[in-house]
Amino acid sequence: MAISSSFAQTVEVCASCNVKTLKEAIAIAPKYGKIVVKKGIYKEHDIEIDKPISIIGENNPVFDGEKKGYVLIIKSDSVSISGLHLKNVGQSYTKDFAGIYISKSEHFKIDNCTLSDVFFGILAEKSHHGIISNNTISSVVKNEASTGNGIHLWHCSNVTVAENELFNLRDGIYFEFVTDSKILNNFSHNNLRYGLHFMFSNNDEYHNNTFTKNGAGVAVMFSKYITMTQNIFKENWGTASYGLLLKEIYDAEIENNEFDQNTIGVYTEGSTRINYKNNTFNRNGWAVKIAGACYTNKFEKNNFLYNALDISYNSKLNDNTFDENYWSSYTGYDLDKNGYGDVPYRPVKLFSYMVNKTPETIILLRSLFVDILNFSEKVSPVFTPDDLLDNNPLMKPLK
Amino acid sequence: MFKILKYSFFDLMRSRWSYVYFLFYLMLGIVLLFLNNDTSKAVITLMNIIIVLTPLIGTIFGIMYYYNSREFTELLLAQPIKRSTIFLGQYLGVSLSLSLSLVIGLGIPFILYGIFQSSAIFNFLTLLLVGAFLTFIFVALAFNVALSNENKIKGFGYAILIWLFMAVIYDGLFLISLMLLEEYPLDRYSLIASMLNPIDLSRILILLKLDISALLSYTGALFKKFFGTNLGMISSTLVLVLWVILPVMRIIYKSKKKDF
Repeated sequence: MAISSSFAQTVEVCASCNVKTLKEAIAIAPKYGKIVVKKGIYKEHDIEIDKPISIIGENNPVFDGEKKGYVLIIKSDSVSISGLHLKNVGQSYTKDFAGIYISKSEHFKIDNCTLSDVFFGILAEKSHHGIISNNTISSVVKNEASTGNGIHLWHCSNVTVAENELFNLRDGIYFEFVTDSKILNNFSHNNLRYGLHFMFSNNDEYHNNTFTKNGAGVAVMFSKYITMTQNIFKENWGTASYGLLLKEIYDAEIENNEFDQNTIGVYTEGSTRINYKNNTFNRNGWAVKIAGACYTNKFEKNNFLYNALDISYNSKLNDNTFDENYWSSYTGYDLDKNGYGDVPYRPVKLFSYMVNKTPETIILLRSLFVDILNFSEKVSPVFTPDDLLDNNPLMKPLK
Repeated sequence: MFKILKYSFFDLMRSRWSYVYFLFYLMLGIVLLFLNNDTSKAVITLMNIIIVLTPLIGTIFGIMYYYNSREFTELLLAQPIKRSTIFLGQYLGVSLSLSLSLVIGLGIPFILYGIFQSSAIFNFLTLLLVGAFLTFIFVALAFNVALSNENKIKGFGYAILIWLFMAVIYDGLFLISLMLLEEYPLDRYSLIASMLNPIDLSRILILLKLDISALLSYTGALFKKFFGTNLGMISSTLVLVLWVILPVMRIIYKSKKKDF
């Protein structure tokens, strides 16, 4: 039987085939063979893949884990999985049950899969050189403890995560100790905590992703050499929401991103040598909130449009530079018509200094008295860092 | 009362100042909308203007109208009409005509621009409602001042002082007190303090509508409860109503006792 069906090294699985379960198919399939799963519902869990193989689903076969544990466990190199629908992953407070669990394997590829009602979606540990693309991962959020992450990588490298949609999870994408990896074109929304969460991960880049309506936005922490370009951080409204939270980050490039209607566009703490270029901050509560220990950050050619407060700063010491940005609240003039305002712009208002010291004063936002105060501070700065200014504010917003 | 209201109303409607006031808002609306091209931003700018200007105009118009129509009031008092009717009629006449100038003056450019198709329609309506409320409140305050002061100059001075206090000085004192007391829990205090000033209250009401509520609720649990739910909306509207009723009650009380 095995010989006849593996004629082209292909094993077919369906309700009316000789091989009725994926577990059997894996047992009889040769190394580097192919398993085709036909349409149907398969109630299997803890399916262990221990040899290089590719599993292809035809017309979205459903694997129902019946909430009993993992669905697929990959323990071999060169495994590829595509076109499956995995659902009902077990839930546990001691084990990280996942739709697809990848352990110590290289050259894995997971694409076009749908994972619903998962605990963890795709969980990879100590695995390298993989691709996770075009998947849709979702869960039913209850609280942080009983929901897992969509794509969770731990101690991995050279992984590409692309074109996935992640929602109703704890963290959409979570990277811990992951290096040289790429996150491209993903859409992470309505997650309980972060849309994307980086911890101790160096030399990674993420581009063209969209993060909307997540509990706390995107967090990048304790990482070096991260490049973030052309991402959209949108509508992370809430009491503790950030477009982007940076903590202990060194040498990052943040370019061409869009921060739209977040409580705080960028919150940065202990971050050094970060270049912000060509970003647009539109209608955020705070565009950029700078807490302690941020040195030699550069803000160049960004658009600050109609934010309630542009920059918030909590000390008088300043080592960051602002140059050639467009500020919608700039009121200066350009007599020599060179496109730059003739009077420097002070992005830190006295009011934002006060809100930092006494948060309740936010209740006076947009009152006439506060406008008068801001004006007098602008004329002669006393409380705000007097060297914190944009010497070449643009007269027209950048495209 | 209705007759007197009607008389005051049409008297004011015919006056030049109502037209100037109306035209001012018309121009403002047109300039803001057609230079800005974004209704929601125009609403924000309008907010800044309305919460300062409507109280000022209400105060000045109220006090001027009272002093100018004093002879007519004395004539009316000789007739068999209830006193409260006379003053309430005049008060409502002034407030209504001013509110109408505001609503129509701003309404026309916004309707021309297509506010009905825009999502900013509710923000805009809140803005008009708050403007009308502020007019009613400050005309009532001006009438109170006028009833208590025979001397025109004094009355005028006090009325302007009330406006200045509410619009600027109050916020200054409030801010200083917040800074001085920063070691104490301040959320309850700051909510109550902003309720005590109709201008602050209107500002918050509009801010709540404009999605900045999340920014405000960032501060603490009580703020979150207040600004994050309908509680803030409902209670600030109720307090605004209270701000109209209390001065009007004093007008009635004062006018009954006043000796002419």
